[in-house]
Amino acid sequence: MAIVSLKALQKIYPNGFQAVHGADIEIADGEFIVLVGPSGCGKSTLLRMIAGLEEITSGDLIIGDKQVNDLDPADRDIAMVFQNYALYPHMTVYNNMAYGLRNRKNSKESIEKSVREAARLLNLEEHLDRRPSQLSGGQRQRVAMGRAIVREPALFLFDEPLSNLDAKLRNQMRIEIRKLQRQLGTTSVYVTHDQVEAMTMADRIVVLNGGNIEQIGTPDEIYHRPASVFVATFMGAPAMNLMEGKVATGGIEIDGIGLLKSDHKLDASSNVSVGVRPEKVKLTTKANGITQPFVHDFTEELGAARLVHGRLGDKPFVINLHQEDEVPTGDLYATISPDMLHLFDTATGKRLS
Amino acid sequence: MTVTDTFSTPPAVTAVKVKKRFRVKRETLIDHLILVLGALFMLFPVVLTFMTSSYDNLAFAKSGLQFGWSDQFFENYERAMFETSGFTGAIDGVSMLTNSLILGFGFAIGKIVISMMAAYAIVYFRFRFATLSFWIIFTTLLLPLEVRILPSYEVVQGLGLGNTYTGLIVPLIASATGTFFFRQFFRSVPEELVEAARIDGAGPVKFFIDILVPLSKTMIAALFIIMFVYGWNQYLWPTLITTDEGMFTLVRGIKNIIQSFTDSSSVPEFTVGFALTTITMLPPVLIVIFFQSWFVKGLTESDK
Ligand SMILES: Nc1ncnc2c1ncn2[C@@H]1O[C@H](COP(=O)(O)OP(=O)(O)OP(=O)(O)O)[C@@H](O)[C@H]1O
Ligand SMILES: [Mg+2]
Repeated sequence: MAIVSLKALQKIYPNGFQAVHGADIEIADGEFIVLVGPSGCGKSTLLRMIAGLEEITSGDLIIGDKQVNDLDPADRDIAMVFQNYALYPHMTVYNNMAYGLRNRKNSKESIEKSVREAARLLNLEEHLDRRPSQLSGGQRQRVAMGRAIVREPALFLFDEPLSNLDAKLRNQMRIEIRKLQRQLGTTSVYVTHDQVEAMTMADRIVVLNGGNIEQIGTPDEIYHRPASVFVATFMGAPAMNLMEGKVATGGIEIDGIGLLKSDHKLDASSNVSVGVRPEKVKLTTKANGITQPFVHDFTEELGAARLVHGRLGDKPFVINLHQEDEVPTGDLYATISPDMLHLFDTATGKRLS
Repeated sequence: MTVTDTFSTPPAVTAVKVKKRFRVKRETLIDHLILVLGALFMLFPVVLTFMTSSYDNLAFAKSGLQFGWSDQFFENYERAMFETSGFTGAIDGVSMLTNSLILGFGFAIGKIVISMMAAYAIVYFRFRFATLSFWIIFTTLLLPLEVRILPSYEVVQGLGLGNTYTGLIVPLIASATGTFFFRQFFRSVPEELVEAARIDGAGPVKFFIDILVPLSKTMIAALFIIMFVYGWNQYLWPTLITTDEGMFTLVRGIKNIIQSFTDSSSVPEFTVGFALTTITMLPPVLIVIFFQSWFVKGLTESDK
């Protein structure tokens, strides 16, 4: 349990590639932070710098009240869970969990006690004498968790721990991990590229893009007030509809579509990108002040919802309808209410207002 | 495999299938015939040696190799093992067997330890010219002992190591092959395992002993078989470096033994020589049999 701060952390690999450009993150005691971003954005690099597996090029890393930049991984009071579990194949489940404690020269009794306790917590008691190769993927993942838990670290680090599991197990383990973390109250940093994992597990999400932090915020903030075009389109499935336009009086003039009503206070004729979430749009057959003609192309059934694909003017546009809402026939109009618009500066990609 | 396939064909078959089945059967038959003949061809001299070693010297002197069984078996083996012989009388079968075992084990274990540690350094430590040093080691494959035998002899004699086990074993154990195999194996061990071990507080030595060595045990077993047999069969180097008869190995000593037996009696004692030859062949065979089962077990448990 500890406060963790990353201060202007940078990583330049020996080949000259800069993978992380100055990351500043303050992590509260017991907080669950999720690093999310597309492949190659530097999530693993950042996590491995915290773990001590990758050297820190510049900046400060503080765990608890100690600057740990130059400490060995074993001395940082952290534990890490890897994507492919990284269990020792020749050791039993018990020894896999006990190995780190033995290296710390803990007494035999205290090791036995912590391992049994962790095994109980993770439902692994019957499997303690097995080898990793005799376990299922989910069980292996639990052993990896157990190995982290027994150390009673100040900080848990996870690098895509669920991506080798099938979808059903993934959902189940997601909930288990989060429950366990709450129970233990250990500060955690969790890397994933799965936005569902990010949204459901995180206290706060850090969205990374090309080695830069795009936004740090609660899942709610990230989703409802994305700080940039990148965050807006990266988080949320189906992705936010995005249109280019110019600020006009009383709204935004969209190229090839027309005026979208908006109560902005922006300078006229500056270039903006307008985003609107697919589920915030309604379909009607009657035009009014805030509708746009919608051309229906096809529909995807998702069970609980349906995705209506079509066009506004000549731009592709997706509407996410609740399962009870039928797609009406006849002339269609998309209702886009002014307070549902996200406005971004086209040049910088940053949120306006 | 093919045999069971033939029999698992369903009984209700069309004429075409019968024909096909017959053909497969004949092929298997021919395959097996070739294999059996080959095996007999390879085994026959060994069997002949073994059988002849049960006859007395007179029978051998009169009618050569024997295909049968006689009553001198235990006596011949006892003489081969325990009768002192040689110019100085300082050597018997037991001490030659001991020397051979020391050479075989020293050679195999030495090679494995050295090449494993070399491969560990090359794969897991970032030092300058790591790749270069690997390739330099690799090119020594082109320089077997036979090529560098004179300088090696000079060095070993110069160090006063002639007629010692150290002089017998050490010059032979630097191994490019072993280093190469271990390097390939270590490179296939997932990177995360090292990282997990680092987080678990295992330093380089601990990681090597606690994790890498147990993971390599099939590799070690395989190399041990090969290297033991290779070391056991060394002839040229032991001949050169051991002049003291007390240091003779079996492979090196058989010839001398037969010579000295020949000198000391009217009938050449060849059948005792055959007994010693049989004894010489035994340990490598036992090592292969013993380690093979271990090796197969290791492979099928699929640890990595
Ligand atoms: N050892 C290295 N040397 C040079 N560049 C590297 C090294 N490791 C990673 N990189 C680069 O750094 C960038 C970030 O890599 P990183 O592994 O952190 O990505 P990631 O966000 O974890 O991606 P993924 O979701 O695919 O795991 C990538 O562009 C990668 O090519
Ligand atoms: Mg990664």
